[in-house]
Amino acid sequence: MHAAHDAVAAELARALAPERVHSEPLELVLYGRDASILNGRASVVCFPETAPEVQAAVRIARAHGRAVVPRGSGTGLAGGAVPVGEGGADPVVLVTTRMNKILEVDAEERVAWVEPGVLNLDLSRAVAPLGLNFAPDPSSQQACSIGGNVANNAGGPHCLAYGVTSAHVLAVEVVLGDGSLVMLGGLEADPPGYDLRGAFVGSEGTMGIATRIAVRLTPLPPAVSTLLADFATVEEGAAAVSGVIAAGMVPAALEMMDAPITRAVEAFVHAGFPTDAAAVLLVEVDGLPAGIDAAASRLAAVLTAHGARSVRVAADEAERALLWKGRKSAFGAVARIAPNYYLHDTVVPRTRLVEVLRRVYDIAQRHGLTVVNVFHAGDGNLHPLFVFDAREPGVMERVQAAGDELISVCIEAGGVLSGEHGIGLEKRDHMKLLFSADDLDAQARLRDAFDPERVMNPAKVLPTGSRCGDLQHVPDGAWV
Amino acid sequence: MSGGRAPVTITTSEAPLIAFAREVGVVGPVAAVGGRTQWAVGGQLDPGTRLVPAPVGIVAHQPEELIVRVRAGTPIAELESALAERGQMCPIDAAEAERATVGGVLAVGRSGVRRLRYGPVRDTLLEARAVTAQGQLVKAGGPVVKNVSGFDLCRLLVGSLGTLALLAEVVLRVRPLPTESRWLLGPGDPFAVRRRLFRPSSILWDGRHVWVLLEGDPPDVAAEARSLGRVFSEVAGPPELPSGGRLSLRSTEVADWAARPREPGPFVAEVGVGTVHVSSPVPASPPHPSVVDLHRRVKVAFDPVGRLNPGREPA
Repeated sequence: MHAAHDAVAAELARALAPERVHSEPLELVLYGRDASILNGRASVVCFPETAPEVQAAVRIARAHGRAVVPRGSGTGLAGGAVPVGEGGADPVVLVTTRMNKILEVDAEERVAWVEPGVLNLDLSRAVAPLGLNFAPDPSSQQACSIGGNVANNAGGPHCLAYGVTSAHVLAVEVVLGDGSLVMLGGLEADPPGYDLRGAFVGSEGTMGIATRIAVRLTPLPPAVSTLLADFATVEEGAAAVSGVIAAGMVPAALEMMDAPITRAVEAFVHAGFPTDAAAVLLVEVDGLPAGIDAAASRLAAVLTAHGARSVRVAADEAERALLWKGRKSAFGAVARIAPNYYLHDTVVPRTRLVEVLRRVYDIAQRHGLTVVNVFHAGDGNLHPLFVFDAREPGVMERVQAAGDELISVCIEAGGVLSGEHGIGLEKRDHMKLLFSADDLDAQARLRDAFDPERVMNPAKVLPTGSRCGDLQHVPDGAWV
Repeated sequence: MSGGRAPVTITTSEAPLIAFAREVGVVGPVAAVGGRTQWAVGGQLDPGTRLVPAPVGIVAHQPEELIVRVRAGTPIAELESALAERGQMCPIDAAEAERATVGGVLAVGRSGVRRLRYGPVRDTLLEARAVTAQGQLVKAGGPVVKNVSGFDLCRLLVGSLGTLALLAEVVLRVRPLPTESRWLLGPGDPFAVRRRLFRPSSILWDGRHVWVLLEGDPPDVAAEARSLGRVFSEVAGPPELPSGGRLSLRSTEVADWAARPREPGPFVAEVGVGTVHVSSPVPASPPHPSVVDLHRRVKVAFDPVGRLNPGREPA
């Protein structure tokens, strides 16, 4: 076994460069994890710099019967980058962080070609002088890579108005599991053939590795207004979310934070978040200077009508930036409550938010856990965080049990498993809650068309045996 | 919930979907038929192909969720008027909306003239229930606006001309109707117009005239209209689009294309999008050479014997 590992590492070192191929035990452990709580084990970690190097690495791994697990910055929360093979030797982890160049920006066409390791915020910063940005803005945008955004079809607060990553990806150059290089999509209005670009986005590394991505750039709004509303109850805050949509408004962003997270954030950023509120909504409208004040007033009126105790409009860009800093550093601020957290990501119809949130608190209480909520309320995209101290004996079992219950509650409410983090390893076996055997078979057909030998991240997204032909025994009534 | 009337529900029964799946069956060449408004796109259907009408009806419009569940055979006009009753829209903008169906528009995948603002038609499909070549009714996606639970079969089905599966029922993303909507007509450089405006819904250009659609709150629409200058004046609507064919260009290629010596005849270009409506047929372009093999594998994976819409190729 060890000799075989060495053979793969040696071949990779020849094809790439010795200093970009690692197989020291410490590194293998480090790259056995991502930002989830799951663990795997890599056999080799490599850092290609070009598409031909990615092709070579995939071919070498494949020739040795190794799976390839692609990885960007490792900020994924569903275990999508955790190296797990399907039996046999541990996978080769292919890290894209050295493919981090913005290759081309066309301000007239509003398109940028980037390598997969370019960080999300770096692209937006680079094109800001042109009056443009890359609209998907996950909270991890300082750290997460655009390749990772493509793999997970990432979201972010502003996806409420601007759409998730898939709406901003025009073309992707991809290395498939057989080492071939394909161009999916294109810059023309309607690239011919099937929308393979659309099929690839959100496929979590199971269909190939993006080596070059053409993204759509969006004009920065000429005027922005950010409002902070506070509520005496979580129920009123959640009902106000539906109220805004029912009033015919789709704000640029509509975020909610409950009391514990608001207090933790305030202690962290000192932005003047109301620490006595049961819930706050952070709402943003954008548009032209001519209409922005009217839009903000209309929004404030709806929030007040739904019980907001106060609505504060950020007076300037500095105040606005501070409010957003608070929202986006929420997960860091959680450390003030307890050393560990487990972050969930589900979506429910927004009219069910009140009821689902009530059940989330109830689940936490029954399992003796603390839960805080900070989430994309406008999309119904919940992010309950169970916070805990991992040193407490038996706590992980309770966190797991509470999580399973939470997921079931969201599905029962007509929701889905993930809004923006993906399925990965974490929710792979929950897919059966949402999809029938026939549904999963259709998804497996798509994956197998891209990667018939299952070289690419094989253990992710679909539960084992999703291809109907794979199944020896389908337990009766096991599919919901 | 304010304005909380119950969702408009015509029928929620699964029966029509199951009946559709049964009619599609498991053997023999078959196609779903809608309003036949884009019947020639992608090639002639093989003779002898069985035609099955898709199920019809709006199942549920949920304004607070910004979604509508609708069966594939429902005419676009029927959907539009049901949504408008509750102050919403789905900016599909099909030609011949009385006949064109939801399933047909999605299967063909051609976007309407408001794509510049609202995005391509593929971005409106949130959940699909479709019948496979194996005769199974399968679901992809989900009834919420944000969802990464499993692979995106929805986007794959849009524009696939029913060659991978036949749409039975879908959930579409809807939006509030804009408070104001104005078409303006003027002379000049359409590309400069695009640079000047923040969020136009459409910019059309026939080589001489520029049509601009502004939508939104009245102060925004008024401000954008003012920035166009006095040379623009309000008109009833867009020009008639030449219906011979559609060219798919990069948005930055449109000016060069228009300047080149070419076949005479009218055209209307969607500025900022790259679609050009022309009066003569446009030959289909093949997929990028690198994806020909992958493209074939996808088709074979879903429809190994080639029974769905035989003779048609998405192009």
